[in-house]
This record gives sequence, C-alpha cells and structure tokens, in this order.
Amino acid sequence: MIKSFWENLTINQKLAITAWFFLAVPIIFYVTIRFYPTFEAFYVSFMKWNLLGTQKYIGFKNFSRIFGDEDFWIVFWNTIKYAIIGVPISLLISFTVAYYLNEIRFGHQTIRALYFIPFLTTAVAMAWVWRWFYQPMPIGYFNIILSWFGIEQQPFLRSVEQGLYSIMAPAVWAGLGFQIVIFIAGLRAIPKSHFEAAEIDGAGRFQILREIILPALKPTTVFLVIISTIGFLRIFDQVYNMSADSAGGPLNSTKPLVLMIYEYAFDMYKLGRASALTVILFLLLLFVSLLQLWLARDQYEKK
Amino acid sequence: MKKNDQIIERLEHLNPSKILTWTLLFIGSIVMVTPIIFMVSTSFKTGQEVYTLSLFPKSPTFENYIFILKESKFLIWLLNSLWVASFSTVSVLFFDSLVGYTLAKFKFRGREIVFVAILSTLMIPTEMLIIPWYMMSREFGWIDTYWGIAFPGLMTGFGTFLMRQFFLTLPDELIEAARIDGWSEFAIWWKIAMPLVIPALSALAIFHFLGNWTAFLWPLIIVNDPDMYTIPVGLASFNGEFQMDWEIVMTASCLATIPTLFVFIFLQKYIIKGIMLAGLKG
Repeated sequence: MIKSFWENLTINQKLAITAWFFLAVPIIFYVTIRFYPTFEAFYVSFMKWNLLGTQKYIGFKNFSRIFGDEDFWIVFWNTIKYAIIGVPISLLISFTVAYYLNEIRFGHQTIRALYFIPFLTTAVAMAWVWRWFYQPMPIGYFNIILSWFGIEQQPFLRSVEQGLYSIMAPAVWAGLGFQIVIFIAGLRAIPKSHFEAAEIDGAGRFQILREIILPALKPTTVFLVIISTIGFLRIFDQVYNMSADSAGGPLNSTKPLVLMIYEYAFDMYKLGRASALTVILFLLLLFVSLLQLWLARDQYEKK
Repeated sequence: MKKNDQIIERLEHLNPSKILTWTLLFIGSIVMVTPIIFMVSTSFKTGQEVYTLSLFPKSPTFENYIFILKESKFLIWLLNSLWVASFSTVSVLFFDSLVGYTLAKFKFRGREIVFVAILSTLMIPTEMLIIPWYMMSREFGWIDTYWGIAFPGLMTGFGTFLMRQFFLTLPDELIEAARIDGWSEFAIWWKIAMPLVIPALSALAIFHFLGNWTAFLWPLIIVNDPDMYTIPVGLASFNGEFQMDWEIVMTASCLATIPTLFVFIFLQKYIIKGIMLAGLKG
C-alpha cells in the first residue's frame, strides 16, 4: 500500500518528501528550543511573576519601572561604555598588527599564533589571572611594576573609576587574535594588481593605505565592528568573575546589562522584570545589526 | 646554492624600518602571551614564591597539581566539560550539515521559509532565551543533567548557514549521477557530499567545541550540584574557597586552558584557515 503510493510519485515529489523528512527533527528543535522561548520571553516581559506564584498581566509596567530605575541607567551606560570604548581600541590595535604582520615573512606564523593564543583561553580562567595581576602590592604584578617607576599604587578593580576599564582590558586582549586573523584574511583578498598599479602611479605607502587598503577592507571592518560590538554589549563572564566587592561592583560601576538580567532572574526570581530587560538587550542588539545592514548597503547594491 | 641566493635576496630586502617593525611585532606578541606564561610558571611555584616576579620557579613543584586533583572535583568537571562539549559538537556536525545540505541541494516548496526562519534565530541573543529555557528545564527535570547543559546548543543557525554556503558550491551533476546509480538520498549526503566539505566541518567543530568548553552563563544557571559543574563554573566556585592561594587558582586555570592550547598547536593551520573561511563566508 505504502510502497505503491511511493512508486506512483514523481521524482520531484519524492525529493520534496525526503527533504521534509530530513528537516523533521530540526524543525521540532527550532520550534521548541528557539521560537517558542523567544515568544515566551516577550510574553513574560508583560507579566509580574516570581517563579513560584502565578503570572499576572501588568502591561508595560515592567518597562516603566526599569526606565524609572536609576540603577538601570548606570548599568545601561556601563554596557554602552564597554562597547563604545572597547571596540575602537581593539580594532585599532588589531588592524595595526595585521597590517604590519601581513608584510612580514620571517616567523610570520609563529608571531600570528602568539597573538591568536589568548582567543583560545577560557574567560573565567583568565579572569583569575588578570585579577591576580591587579592586586595591590606585594601580590599584583601591575602594581609591582608601577612601583619600579616610582608610580603610586593603583586600586584597579577596587575603584569606581578604574574598575570598568580594568575588566575591559582582558576582554579586549582575548578578542585581538580573532580580529587580527580576519583582518589578515581581508588584506590577502585584495588583488595584487591593485598594489602594482598604485606603485606604478608612484603612490606612497600612506596613500596606498588610504586609497586602496582601507576601502577594500570596509566589508571586513564592518563585520568585525558588529561582531565585537555585540560581544562587548553581552559581556558577562569577565565581570562576574573579576569585579570587586560583589558581582558588578564596586557600587555597580562595572555591572553590564547581562549581569543585571542574571541577578533579577536567578537571585531575586523577578522573572517578569528580567524578561523585560532581555527584551531591551534584544532591541539594542537589533539596532546594532540594522546599523550594519545600513553601513554595508553600498556593498549589497554593487552586487 | 639556491637557498643561499634566497638568503642574500632576503638580506637585501632587510632595512632598518623592517627590522624595527619585526621587533615591535615580536615584543607585542610576547606581551600578548605574558599572562599565560605567568599563569603556567606560578602553577609550579610554592606558596612563598608566588610573590616574586621570577619567571622560573626556584624549586618547581607539582604539589599544586596534586592538591587540585585530590582536594577539588576538578577531574569530574573536566570529564563533564569534555562529555558535554563532545556530545554537542557531534550533534551540531550532524544536524547543521544535514539541514544545510537539504536547504542547498533539494528544491521544494517552503525551502526559503525554512531557511529564513533558521537564519532569523541568529538575531535572538542567548540571554533572551535563558529564562524560558530555565523554566522548561524545571518543568522537565533537566536541571543538573548533561542534557540540560547541552540542549540549547544541539543545533545552531550559524552552523547551518555556514554548511549551506559550502554545499552550494558542490556541483549538482555529482548528486544527479549518484541518484542515477541508485544511491539513497541519505547515502548521497553522507558518503559523497560530506567528505567534500571536511574543511568546513572541521572549522565548525573547532568553533563549537571551543564555545562549549568556555561557556559560562548557561551552565552557571542550569547546574547547582558541584558534581555536575563544567570547568568554567567550577573555576568560578573557587571564589572565596581558595581566594588567597593564588598558586592553587593559577594551577586550576592552567588545567582549564592547556587542553585547548595543545589542540591549537596541533591543528593551528586548520583553525586559522577555518576562521578565515568562516569569517569570509559569514
């Protein structure tokens, strides 16, 4: 019965059935583990709910409470600071390294590997190493080195002013290798003929950089800006494991959005409020992604 | 002779500015690995020696390693991490490439919708899903289980997209020919298409494994039982317990980091190529 049904199908019908058969398990996965939870996150953001009690619809109250909360704005600006300061610094360093490294033959692979290694480390493990470096005398290496030059002790993680930057440093450090590799790939993709033509025209080094390399690297740069902006906006591991006093301290000065979400959801069990915060994070990331599409629009038009 | 010529040619290209560039780049690369070097060196130091800046311990000791393996549950965490990351990676390799292949090589109504739907999941940050996932896990008893740690990452939109891009480059004639020879569709995918995209598969495997090995937020939420910790969660739990014993903490950090570095040394070429491939395709 089934066999004769199968044999009566055209080849295309058979292929379509096979395709849906291959997709069956993945579709169940995406519906239950991705789409339904996404819908639920939005849904819960309009609820008052503390895990054990019942859900109660409260409209936009979670959002209005968040926007009326001073701590939220501190956290929000911290998150923006991680991205707005961290991204340009890391891209500037990684581009400079990639640009010069690309010209070097001797030991190229070894040097590139050394720059890349931090990318492979576990953020939590490295958080410990950096935390140790930041300790006051006589433990912390940074302060020991500063003392050699007669510079006074710095509080680093324990200070409201320096904490955020001290946590940002290992995040920048760990991401550089990835960006350098991508930049080198971008540099190699530029056709050699471009450079030869420029040399014949007598263009100087700086001119080649500005008029050939930088425009050709625009897609690569946009890609890296987006990837690392999203990365910094979602920073969590380093903050959770490095900040002094309590997570996000001192005095919330290092706390990013994801840590606030974590605390509302899993310390205070205010799941409605936490979901509303995740919706805000989602909108922030969506804004960044749309910005990418807008920045890269020339590229798509040309294609 | 030829080699000599090459060397002479190279020497002629050497000029002060190139040597300076090389030296600066080299110093920079050493600075980059300094935290790792000091982590390793401290793991062999005794408690008294920790506060000296010396790179080589005066009397290297394995005491810290023995202590960690004996007094903490590090070995259990290592096995947990290995098991979860391997299981998840195998799943991703199988399903992401199966879906990527289907979307690239089958023509059927609804294909575009499925592709866009899967692609759209890339826009949703994990942080938005952890609360629903947690609620789900409470409901079904997945807390403190391997399945609970692994289930969110068993298929990924990124991997599906990457594999689809690679399968698109395979010629249709190849598949047609196999069909005429009477191969089943599954066999065509598994025995003909898959071996041709091994570079992409290895890139995906490395990325996914590393991502799982270092993952912190979700395991922190889903696991309460110290016997179920993964390495990052276990390391974070040292906070307070061994806080002042930096040599102990560095040893644990070392044990967490060294496996991935070893893998890198052996697979360096593939990893770098994989990142370049993924970066350019993505």
